[in-house]
Amino acid sequence: MKCSVKAFGIAREILDARELMLDLPDGATVAQLRQLLIGRYPRLGALTSLFIAVNTEYAPDDRLLLSGDEIALIPPVSGG
Amino acid sequence: MIKITEKPIDIQKVIDATASLGAGAIDVFIGTVRNTAHGKNVVWLEYEAYEAMAVAEIRKIMAETSQRWPILGSAVCHRVGTLKPGEVSVVIAVSAPHRKEAFEACEYMVSRLKEKVPIWKKEIFEDGEEWISAHPSTSNTYN
Repeated sequence: MKCSVKAFGIAREILDARELMLDLPDGATVAQLRQLLIGRYPRLGALTSLFIAVNTEYAPDDRLLLSGDEIALIPPVSGG
Repeated sequence: MIKITEKPIDIQKVIDATASLGAGAIDVFIGTVRNTAHGKNVVWLEYEAYEAMAVAEIRKIMAETSQRWPILGSAVCHRVGTLKPGEVSVVIAVSAPHRKEAFEACEYMVSRLKEKVPIWKKEIFEDGEEWISAHPSTSNTYN
């Protein structure tokens, strides 16, 4: 299953890309995606937190990813 | 009103968006860029947003706020891009029948915005740069 993942802030700098295409196994969860990305980009694992948004909402770890989902990496926010 | 913009914020427009004849108070929070952090001079800040999600999260915060206080209107405008010290980064306005609710609701909205809304800022110093709150090892956990 091909999925595109957007990245913002420090996550965008670590990936060196605003968007990444990933091939995920069918039935992959948010937690599995996070593990895969931290495995590939260890600096993501050093962040205070790394939430994953699916279709512009914070997604729980057990959320199943579907092809066509809008997936985004959300490092610690700091608006204001 | 919910707006993410690269242009300077028109503060009066944000206030006007909350106007209501039933309001006895409008509380306004104006966030500005500070010129120092950890004793170092900040040259500028870079803000970026995941705009679609930021708008959705702000909408949720507005709904939560109206459930907790009898507010009449609320508006949020957040700037992105390059901001220099002294510039306005965010304006939040809340109208309510009485000042107490307006103060409390506005403070709640600011706090929730800082916790939940996908907007990021990077401080650019004379000798380096740092994404705020990104790492637990840095002393900079406030923002």
